[in-house]
Amino acid sequence: MGKFFGVVLALIALLSAYPIVTHMFVQPVDISTHGHAIDEQLSDTMAEAGFAFLGAQLLLAFFVWKYSNRKPGAKVTQIPGGAKLMVATAFILVGTEVLALGVLGQKAWADVYFTPPKPTAMTIQAQAGQFAFYFRYPGADGKFGALHPDKIDEGNGNYFGLDPANDVEARDDIVSGELAIPVNREILLLMHSKDLNHSFYVRELRIQQDFVPGLDLAIHFTATQTGKFEIVCTQLCGLGHYNMKAYLTVLSQDDFDKWLKQKASEQ
Amino acid sequence: MQEHSAQVAHVHAPPEGFIRKHVFSLDHKVIGKQYYALGLTAVLIGMVLSWLMRFHLVWPAAKVPGLELLSKVGAPGGVITPEYYLSLLTMHGTLMVFFVLTNAPFAGFGNYFLPIQIGAEDMAFPRFNMMSFWVTFVAFLVLITAFFIPDGPPISGWTAYAPLSAVGNDAGPGLGWGQNLWGISIAIFCIGQLLGSLNFIATTLDLRTKGMTLMRMPASTWAWFITACIGLMAFAVLLPACILLILDKNAGTSFFIPAGLVVGDKLQPHAGGSPLLWQHMFWFFGHPEVYIAILPAMGIVTHVLVTSMRKPMLSAKVIIYSMMSIGFLSWVVWGHHMFVSGMNPFSSLLFSFPTLTITIPATIVTLIWLGSLYGANIQINSASLFALGFISMFVSGGISGFFLAQPSIDIYLHATYFVVGHFHMVMGVAAIFGIFSGTYFWFPKMAGRMMNETLGKLHFWLTFVGTYCIFMPFHYLGLVGNVRRYSSFVDDFMAPLMPVHKFITIAAFITGAAQFIFIYNLVHSHFRGKPAPANPWNATSLEWSMPSPPPWDNFGGKHPVVYHDPYQYGVKGSQGDYVMQDSPESIVEE
Amino acid sequence: MSTTTFPSPPSTAPPLPPNGSGAKVAGTRPRPGGHGQSGVWVGIFAITMSFAAFTSALFVRQGSGDWIHVVVPRLLYVNTAVLLLSSITLEMARRAFMNSSALDSGALRNNTLRWLGITLVFGFAFVVGQYMVWRQLAAQGLYLATNSNSSFLYVLTAAHALHVLGGITGLVRLSARLTPRQITLRSSSFANTAIYWHFMGVLWIYLLLVISIRL
Repeated sequence: MGKFFGVVLALIALLSAYPIVTHMFVQPVDISTHGHAIDEQLSDTMAEAGFAFLGAQLLLAFFVWKYSNRKPGAKVTQIPGGAKLMVATAFILVGTEVLALGVLGQKAWADVYFTPPKPTAMTIQAQAGQFAFYFRYPGADGKFGALHPDKIDEGNGNYFGLDPANDVEARDDIVSGELAIPVNREILLLMHSKDLNHSFYVRELRIQQDFVPGLDLAIHFTATQTGKFEIVCTQLCGLGHYNMKAYLTVLSQDDFDKWLKQKASEQ
Repeated sequence: MQEHSAQVAHVHAPPEGFIRKHVFSLDHKVIGKQYYALGLTAVLIGMVLSWLMRFHLVWPAAKVPGLELLSKVGAPGGVITPEYYLSLLTMHGTLMVFFVLTNAPFAGFGNYFLPIQIGAEDMAFPRFNMMSFWVTFVAFLVLITAFFIPDGPPISGWTAYAPLSAVGNDAGPGLGWGQNLWGISIAIFCIGQLLGSLNFIATTLDLRTKGMTLMRMPASTWAWFITACIGLMAFAVLLPACILLILDKNAGTSFFIPAGLVVGDKLQPHAGGSPLLWQHMFWFFGHPEVYIAILPAMGIVTHVLVTSMRKPMLSAKVIIYSMMSIGFLSWVVWGHHMFVSGMNPFSSLLFSFPTLTITIPATIVTLIWLGSLYGANIQINSASLFALGFISMFVSGGISGFFLAQPSIDIYLHATYFVVGHFHMVMGVAAIFGIFSGTYFWFPKMAGRMMNETLGKLHFWLTFVGTYCIFMPFHYLGLVGNVRRYSSFVDDFMAPLMPVHKFITIAAFITGAAQFIFIYNLVHSHFRGKPAPANPWNATSLEWSMPSPPPWDNFGGKHPVVYHDPYQYGVKGSQGDYVMQDSPESIVEE
Repeated sequence: MSTTTFPSPPSTAPPLPPNGSGAKVAGTRPRPGGHGQSGVWVGIFAITMSFAAFTSALFVRQGSGDWIHVVVPRLLYVNTAVLLLSSITLEMARRAFMNSSALDSGALRNNTLRWLGITLVFGFAFVVGQYMVWRQLAAQGLYLATNSNSSFLYVLTAAHALHVLGGITGLVRLSARLTPRQITLRSSSFANTAIYWHFMGVLWIYLLLVISIRL
C-alpha cells in the first residue's frame, strides 16, 4: 500500500498544480498604477511555492513508495548529511526566500502605504454602513461639511448626516451611491464607518482596506482603465454582508465632469 | 510538621463506584477519554454545520427538511436565511477551533499519555484536572444553548469582532443573548484550559520518573508541554478580552466601541473605545491558538512515524527545538491577521518578518521528517498513513501561509477563500490527521482492543483524497477574488465559479460521510475488537510497557526507571529491532 | 509487521550498566508535594498575563481623547495597608507552623490558627473595603460605564478582588486542615498558599501604581 500512497500523492500534487500552471484561476486584470508590484510579488511567490510544494510532495511520495513494504530484514539507514543537512537546507532555502520576498515585497507595500498622495489628488469620502457604501464629493468649495451622526436619515437620503442648513461647507457636497472617478487621476479616498467594521475591496485595483469605526483612514490610488468594477465589503458586518457592494465607475475626464455636474443637480 | 512519606504513595486511592470511575474521575486516563469524547461530539456537530453551510452556498433557496424545527426564524420552511448562515458559520468555527482542536489532540491525548510517557502515576493536580474537564464541558453546554434560544447563535464569526459583537441586536439577530452566551462560554473555556495547562506544566516539570530527563521525553510529550506553555499565556489574555466584551455588551462600557456609531438607525450610547483593541487582544490569543492546534499533532505524528519507520528521526532534538521556536515566534506574529485592518502599516511590515521567519522551523521539521523517511522501513497501517498524510497536508497548508505572510499579497488575498483554504488545510485537515493518527496508534492501549485495519485504511483513503478535493479548490477561488463569509454569491462575477463550489460541496458530503466509517470502527472495536497486547506496534516509549488498557495507577505504585531516549529503533534489541525506554539492556547498533 | 506479543521487560531488571545514549541514570525523582510549587508559580504567571492584558488595554484606550482623571478615594490606600499587613500576619502564621521547637502540636496548632485567623480577617476586610470604595465612587457619580477611567478602575479592582477571594478560600482550607486530632497539612502546601497570598499583595501594589499614575 506504500506504493499506492506514493502514486496517489504524486497524482494529487500534479493535479493540484495543474490549474495554477495553466493559469485557470488568475486575478482579474490590474487597472491600478501600484498593482503590478503586487502581481509580480504574487507570481514570484507562486513560482517558489510551486517548487516547494511539488518538491516536498513528490519527495514524500517517492520516499514512501521506495521505503515501505521492504523485504523482511531490510536494514534502516540514515540519509547522508543527516539532520545537519536538513537544517542547513531549510535555512538556506527558506532564508533566501524569506529575505528576497520579504525585503522585495516591501516596495509593493510602500507604494500603497508609504507614498503620500500627490497634492493634485482628488479627495472623495467613502462611508460604509450596514449594508451599503456611499460616496461624497466636496463640491465647488473643495471642502466637506461636518458629519452629524444624529442627523443621519436614510429615508430622506441624508446618509452622511449632513446639516446644510447650518454648515456652509455641506451645502455643495455631492452624495452618490456609485464611486465615479476620472481615469489616470489620483484619488484620495477618505474612509469613514457609520456603524461597524467594513472593508473596501476592489480586486482590479488591488486595493483592500478596512473601515474602522472611530478611525479616520485614507487610501489613495489611480485607475488606469475605464470601466465598471465591483466594490465589495470584505469585513463581516451582519446579515447583509454578502450583498454589500457598490460600483467603481472609471470614466474619461470629460465624462466624469459631466457625471459630477449631473449628480450635483440631483442633490 | 508532617510530611507525607517519601516512599511511593499513591496520588489518590483507587476509584470505586461507577460515578467515581467514569464520571467524576480523578484519573487522568478517564479525563483524557472524556476530553476526546467531547471533541468527537463537537466535531460531529461542527461537521454537520459545515454541510449546512456548503449546501446553502450552492443551493441557497433549497429546503433542509426539519431545520425549521431547530430555528423557526433562522430557517423558515427549512430554507437557511443569510443571518442563519452566519450563525452556522460562527458556531462551526467556534466549535472546531475551541472544542475540537484544543480538546482532542492536546487535552485528550495529552491528559491520557503525558503522565504515562514520563512515568508518572497521574497528573500533578488530579482534582484540578477533573475540574478542568467539567469546566470545559459546562462551556460546551453554554455554547450549544445558543442554538435553542430565540435570539439564536451569534453572527459575528468565531472572531467576534467588535463593534459588531458588542452593540447588541441593533446590528442584527444573534447578537443579543446569542453573543452573550458565546462570550460566557469562551470565558469559561479559558478557565478550563488554564487549569489544564497548569497541570501539564507542573506534571512535566516535577513528576518525571527516574532517568527521564527532559531530553528523554518523547516528541509527543514535548509537544504537549510546549502547547501548555503557549496555552497558559494565550488563554490568560483571551479571558480578559471576553470579560471586556461582555461588559461593553451589557454594562454600557466602551472598551471597544467609539462614539457616534449609528447602528440600525440608533445612535449608540458609547464613546472612546477602539475596535482595533479587540482585534489586538483577540489575535494575541488567536495566533498562538492555532499553534496550540497544530503542535500536538506534530508531536503525535513524530511519535507515530518513528515507530512506523523502525528508525529514529534524524534528530529528535532538532524537532524539539524547532517546536520550541515555533512556540516562541507564535507570540510576535499576531498582527499578520490585521495587515489591512487599519493598523499602522509600518506595524504590518514589522509583523511580516517574524511571520516569514516561522517558515524556517516549520521547514526544518518537515525536512527532518522527509529526510528520516529515507532509508526507513515504513510499516504501513492506518496510524502511519495518517501520519504520512499529515506531512502532505502540513506542507500544503504551510505553503499557502507563505503567501499570506506578505502584506502586499495579503492586500489582494485577505478575506478571500485563499485564507479559508489555508487555515482549513493546516487546522481542519492536518491537525485532524494528527488526531486520527494518534487514535489508530493509541486505541489499542486505551481500549485494550485493536481497531479494524481495513476500515481504517478505507477511512484514510477517502479522507485523504476527499480533503484535497474540498480544500485545494479553495485556493483557486481565492486567487480570483472569491470573498469569504458570504452566505450566497449573488454577483455575475461569481457565476462561472459555481461549478467549483458544487464540486467542493459534493466532496464535502462524501468526505464527511466517510468519517462515519471511523466512528463505526471506534465503537465496534471498543466492544468487539481483537484483544490488544501490551505492545502491538513493537514500540519503545513507556506507554507500551504496561498492559492494554493500563491499570488505574499506571505503573502499579512503582516508579519506572528510564535508561535512554525513547526512540531506540533499528538496533539489536533483545525483543527485536528496538529497545524499550525502560529496558536496561545496552544499545547495540545494527 | 507482526503483532506477536512480546513479553514485557521484567520490572526488577538486574542493574546492568547502561551505555551509549543512556549514559547516566540521571533525572528527577518525583517529589510528592513538590509540584505544588510549580503549580503556584505557573498559576501566578497566568494571572500576571491576564492583568498584563488588562493593562495594555488600558494603555491603548488612553490613546483616545476622553480621559478624565479620577480622584481615588482615600479608603483605597487604607485597604492597601490592610492587605500588606495580612501578608505579614500570614508570614507569622507560616513561621508558627514551621516552628519545630513547639513540640506540643496543640500549641503549634493554636498559634498558627491565631495568625491565620487574623490574616483572614484582614483579607475579608480588604475585600469589604474594596466594595466600600466602589460605593464611594458611586457616590461621586462614577460607575462602571461612566467614563473609560472609571471602567478600568472597577474592572481592575474587581478582577483583583476576585482573585483575593480565591486566596481566602485557600486560607480557609489551610485552617480546616489544622484539625484537633491530626494535622494533615504539608509545609509545602502552606508555603504555596502563602506565595499566592503574597502575590495578591504584589499584584495590588502594581495595580495601585497603575491606577494612581495613569487613571
